[in-house]
Amino acid sequence: MLINNLNILIGLEVHTQLTKLRSKLFCPTPADYRKSPPNTYVCPICLGLPGTLPVVNKKAVEYAIAVAKALNCEVSDKLVFVRKHYFYPDLPKNYQISQYIGPGFTAIARNGYVKIYADGKVKIIRIRRVNIEEDPGRIVYVGSIEISPYSLIDYNRSGIALLEIVTEPDMASPKEARAFLEKLIAILEYLGVTDPREEGAFRVDANISFEGFGRVEIKNIGSVKDVEKALTYEIIRQKKIIEQGGKVERETRHWNPSKGVTVSLRSKEYEEDYRYFPDPDLPPMKLDKSLIERISSALPELPDNRIARFTMQYGLDEYRASVLVLNKWLADFFEDAAKIYSNYKKLADLLITDFLRWINEYNLSPENFKATPLHIVKLLKLWDEGILSVKMVKEILPQIIKDGIDVESYVAASGYVKIIDKSYLHKIVEEVMKEHPKAVQDALSNPKAINYLIGLVMKKTGGKADPQITKEIIQEILSSIR
Amino acid sequence: MSYKYLSMPVYRLLQEFKTDPMKIFDYLELVYKVINGTENKIRSFITLISKDIVFKYVEKLVKEGLEKFDSLKLLGIPIAVKDNISTKGIRTTCASRMLENYIPPYNATVIERIIKEGGIIIGKTNMDEFAMGSTTETSAFYPTRNPWDLSRVPGGSSGGSAATLSAGEAPLALGSDTGGSIRNPAAFCGVYGLKPTYGLVSRYGLIAYASSMDQIGPMARNTMDLAILLNIIAGHDSKDSTSLLINGKDYVSLLKELTHKEPRLRIGIIKELFENSDEGIRSKTYKAVDMLCAYHDCLTISLPYGKQLVAAYYIIAMAEASSNLARFDGVRYGLKIPFENKGWDEIYSEVRTKGFGYEVKKRIALGAYILSVGYRDMYYIRALKFRRILKETFDKIFKSVDAVMSPTMPILPPKLGEFFEDPLRMYLADVNTVIANLIGVPAISIPIDFYNGLPVAVQIMSRQLTEEVLLYLSMQLEEKTRFRNIVAEVH
Repeated sequence: MLINNLNILIGLEVHTQLTKLRSKLFCPTPADYRKSPPNTYVCPICLGLPGTLPVVNKKAVEYAIAVAKALNCEVSDKLVFVRKHYFYPDLPKNYQISQYIGPGFTAIARNGYVKIYADGKVKIIRIRRVNIEEDPGRIVYVGSIEISPYSLIDYNRSGIALLEIVTEPDMASPKEARAFLEKLIAILEYLGVTDPREEGAFRVDANISFEGFGRVEIKNIGSVKDVEKALTYEIIRQKKIIEQGGKVERETRHWNPSKGVTVSLRSKEYEEDYRYFPDPDLPPMKLDKSLIERISSALPELPDNRIARFTMQYGLDEYRASVLVLNKWLADFFEDAAKIYSNYKKLADLLITDFLRWINEYNLSPENFKATPLHIVKLLKLWDEGILSVKMVKEILPQIIKDGIDVESYVAASGYVKIIDKSYLHKIVEEVMKEHPKAVQDALSNPKAINYLIGLVMKKTGGKADPQITKEIIQEILSSIR
Repeated sequence: MSYKYLSMPVYRLLQEFKTDPMKIFDYLELVYKVINGTENKIRSFITLISKDIVFKYVEKLVKEGLEKFDSLKLLGIPIAVKDNISTKGIRTTCASRMLENYIPPYNATVIERIIKEGGIIIGKTNMDEFAMGSTTETSAFYPTRNPWDLSRVPGGSSGGSAATLSAGEAPLALGSDTGGSIRNPAAFCGVYGLKPTYGLVSRYGLIAYASSMDQIGPMARNTMDLAILLNIIAGHDSKDSTSLLINGKDYVSLLKELTHKEPRLRIGIIKELFENSDEGIRSKTYKAVDMLCAYHDCLTISLPYGKQLVAAYYIIAMAEASSNLARFDGVRYGLKIPFENKGWDEIYSEVRTKGFGYEVKKRIALGAYILSVGYRDMYYIRALKFRRILKETFDKIFKSVDAVMSPTMPILPPKLGEFFEDPLRMYLADVNTVIANLIGVPAISIPIDFYNGLPVAVQIMSRQLTEEVLLYLSMQLEEKTRFRNIVAEVH
């Protein structure tokens, strides 16, 4: 089997909570449940008590429309909810209020696309549909699922508004899947509808197959990095099976992030029958064109537009622009700094390399690092003026990020300043030349040997002499001797 | 207080109570005396609030509410509530083992409104389990008996509520109606019952059977009392997305106004629904037709559907029921079984096997089947299509008439156990009543006479949100038949 000629098809099903909503999807219970003890953010409605009824959160619908528009989708002219039936302990009503495309019902949005940059090329990933649905509760095991003698249920999450975003199988590699997810997260963040970094707010089911072979679904992967890892693992696993002439089972698998493997959950010989039917408690709601237009025209600047603007306004290439823009906070930081510093490329480079690396190294979030744009601009300016060397910049940067130190006073206090006083340096150079007549002779005949003299000056000043000025002084004296 | 108070209508009681609030206690004393005498024979209640608790509640009400008494529209009136309507702190069982010990932590919207108006909840009434049945015999606890003949059923599913009224155990009751569950027992027990327009009364807190057809409605011993209770419970509720966005009407004033002006209406007589009825019912209900037609313009209309009505109704009801009843799994509330060493799926099976009765299980199973891939189109989608056609048919009918009339039930109340042998006959007996639920219009059952000692009733339906028309016609009949405020002597 010439497996390298086979196309890999990857499709993603993303579940993202609308964490910026104040209340749950169908009841007035507050939605910021994460910091509170289990089963304290509940009410009769999200507990599914007998006789309770859902009332849809209008803001959630507006958020969903905004997401749909940002994903270039067609928005439905009516909002219909269906009941998806399955028995499971985390599901209080034993049906989930969701959306589905079928006779008499439809998803809130369909047929969109997202542009990604992968391996320097632009690629279009099609969006099949976007659903609004309620999140189930959370099952908590004691220890782990294998050893827990019982399971606990926390209904705080029950009824939280979720969007399900389903792509076509348009991604051909784990890297493309990752690029798509990073782009999607950025779009959601720019819209201000969710904070994907919140624990459990962003979950992915990944479908992967080699063209012509069985499709495997990997359920409930918790981070973008894990999606990439799980897909990479699956490709190797499936490749091996196909190369050995085997058959890839159609099944659902679970990603174990600590072991770095996928394990089989259940085979998927036939589709489960969810007995969808329109929820009679939620009559179809008309989605007026005017509402959709109002939301659409109020959309903030989205990543693609911002990338384009960055290339125009700051003269950045598309790569630098997109690294900045996909990290919204970093792009915001960049633009603040760019107001008072005009070497944009130098600024961008510092931010997307060392700056970003240290943020990750220290595991800092955009809310809790200490560096301000002014800090960074001061650093860059001292660098530009030759007061700090590259090496020094790299040394000081992490301290600015972590502790927010003021670069100017730090530099002064720690004696990091270069010696630029010409008369002082002149004295040192003369001393050195007196002490090393041979080196002076060499330098007179061979210009490259000047470096040795510079090195000797540096040694004498503890590395603080400005190399440029030192060089000029040496050349001056040498030419006067000649 | 003398027994004459037992047949006093609510609007008269309210006047008495307002002049002398102490009479509330006398009246309650009387009510509990009646209950003590009849309840062991009738068994209308599943949960009866003890007299002590009720008296303490009323004492507090009287002490705190003296200055606003004039504005309280149900001051001191005892009300029996069907046991599928959630009452905070009072067990709400749906007549099922599944919810035998379930105490809701919240009130249904209708209960909130009744309490706010000074109404007194005295108990929760027996019913068919989860409202599935037409006789109150599917109650998991015990059947209720018809106060007019203890060997017969009171009808269902709101059988307990209807029986409390005709036995004199309460002057007002709440029922719920999905395919006739208010009108059927109202007819069998000789009381008045109204199923409002779908969306007029909030369903919040009503434990759902078939959500697209369920409605809570008032039951009483005369027309004016129906209007009084309807006034309280009708009107938009933001907690129910199917609640219509309308301002509540004042049905009491409208009823007085229409009764005073006596407009002449056009009434359609549905031929087939008379022809399909038992002989005694047909002859008595034709008399009621004559009474109304002496004043109004009547015309005979045809409704050529018959069994399709019942089939479509049951398909939709069972489909929705299978979904609505999925939540009963014994995890958060309801029947508890020992969990040790069992998987969740085993626990669910056991809870649902033990907690639900035969009729409920049958309807859940059929409903799940109806919604399954491969059968959905054959049953569910076709039933919805029929429902649309029926709606269009009645849209046309209501262009030429203001109301349509038929017997409420095609049969007299059967003996206990009779329907168990012939469930299909039970389903078919719903043919007259299911129409209003399928198309969402209001319908009233009006008792008109007795036949062989058993009550006979007519049903009138009208356009959406014209409950006042039904009340007006009911009042006209009531004036003629004098069938009002009648309490059965229970032997």
